[in-house]
Amino acid sequence: MCGIVGLFLKDRSLEPKLGEMLTAMLITMTDRGPDSAGIAIYGGETVGRTKMTVQSDSPQTAFSGLEVVLSKAAGDPVSIDVKSTHAILDIPAGSTAKIREALDNLGIRVMSRGDSLEIYKEVGLPKDVAARFDLVDMSGTHGIGHTRMATESAVTTMGAHPFNTGDDQCLVHNGSLSNHNSLRRKLRREGIHIETENDTEVGAAYLTWQMQNGATLGEALTSSLDDLDGFFTFVVGTKDGFGVVRDPIACKPAVMAETDQYVAFGSEYRALVDLPGIETARVWEPEPATVYFWSHNNTPSATGKAA
Amino acid sequence: MQTIDLSETGLRAMNKMLHEQSGTTNQTAWEIVNPKGAHAIACGLDAPIEVTVKGSTGYYCAGMNQQATVNIHGSAGPGTGENIMSGKIVIEGDASQYLGATGHGGMIVVKGNASSRCGISMKGVNIVVQGNIGHMSAFMGQSGNLVVCGDAGDALGDSCYEARFFVRGTVKSLGADCEKKEMREEHLTLLQGLLDEAGIDADPSEFTRYGSARTLYNFDVDNAGAY
Repeated sequence: MCGIVGLFLKDRSLEPKLGEMLTAMLITMTDRGPDSAGIAIYGGETVGRTKMTVQSDSPQTAFSGLEVVLSKAAGDPVSIDVKSTHAILDIPAGSTAKIREALDNLGIRVMSRGDSLEIYKEVGLPKDVAARFDLVDMSGTHGIGHTRMATESAVTTMGAHPFNTGDDQCLVHNGSLSNHNSLRRKLRREGIHIETENDTEVGAAYLTWQMQNGATLGEALTSSLDDLDGFFTFVVGTKDGFGVVRDPIACKPAVMAETDQYVAFGSEYRALVDLPGIETARVWEPEPATVYFWSHNNTPSATGKAA
Repeated sequence: MQTIDLSETGLRAMNKMLHEQSGTTNQTAWEIVNPKGAHAIACGLDAPIEVTVKGSTGYYCAGMNQQATVNIHGSAGPGTGENIMSGKIVIEGDASQYLGATGHGGMIVVKGNASSRCGISMKGVNIVVQGNIGHMSAFMGQSGNLVVCGDAGDALGDSCYEARFFVRGTVKSLGADCEKKEMREEHLTLLQGLLDEAGIDADPSEFTRYGSARTLYNFDVDNAGAY
């Protein structure tokens, strides 16, 4: 099972309500997966700065004074905003590698990196995870969420979705990949960092690897149809928008809705019923083996561009 | 007309109310409002009643239906009409995957499109789709009729037995052991009857019939590679 939701806003006046709308959609999908929940939200970028979301199981000790250590490592001021087990680091642009090294030494996990992306995910029900991070209060341009019924790996924070792929990119998955062990070995040989035994992380790493080798996101998604074996409906978030792709068999459900105000994705229609204007929205199922993409950017960059 | 607000009554209580109707009930017209994509709406009915759902439904609406007519004024989720035995289901919008799977009898009408695996393992149900159908439709179909006024996706009728398929538009590809067949007078008459019953205005002569080539019925060592 697993439940996926996604919301891409066209109407800027809805941006302050993104967290509230996306959280409600995700809670509706709770009975598709009670193990862990997560949300990726794109809240807009700040010039000259970038962000990292980090996580620790003992946040009080791990995050105390962290900004001092990281400021020293970056050579420029770093600020920190702690939210439960997660913290958002506001860091100087270009210092991601240095900060990551310092965090690795401290044993603090990186959930996401990018100019706009923040990822919050934990073990538990969507309503509890949402409350823990005050997700309803978040604003943004677009976001995706996931509630997990674990099949391929343990129920842990790091096994929760979304998975960060490249900068400002993330992936959620409904399904299971059957060739993830061999693909993980191959990608590790190629130097790709893969942390867990989770199948979806391999899917995310695969997309990262493809894009590092010059593929656009759309090309990477298209080639995933050949190289990934198993069942999947993927929703991929980027700085400018989100993309959807289903495997050719398309067992895993997907429903989309579009109005002048938004494009929404849900594993089931139930997730969409409280969106404004849903009664008159265009509602359809994405076709199998077809890459769909929506972007805020009319001229997306090579990595942001789909097909 | 009995109206049930699903958001107030709840699914179990609503289905119980419908299950309590018998062949002699005088409450034959029911309306369900606020379905909001809920699962298993009007599942397991067994009475000559007419239920109209005002909105879109989730998984397994009208599954195992007997005698009843279920109208869905919206789109229907996966597995709608699964194992239908008799009666009729009319979907005004689109239908999701595996519509009418394993259905033994009765009729399902879709005014929009049906998704993948429509009529998978059908065993006697008649399905009439005004739009298109997705891939792997009528896989292992054993009997009954699947009528498609639009186009069919990949692998239509793969490994089918004696189910008949009538498609007006194009077929992206035929499944293993499914072939194009001659449209004889008896098929035109049959198809006209199905279209009339479904309330769809289309000319039977524009359709092509497909069915089993019957080469997979018995084991043939030359087919070993296909298993």
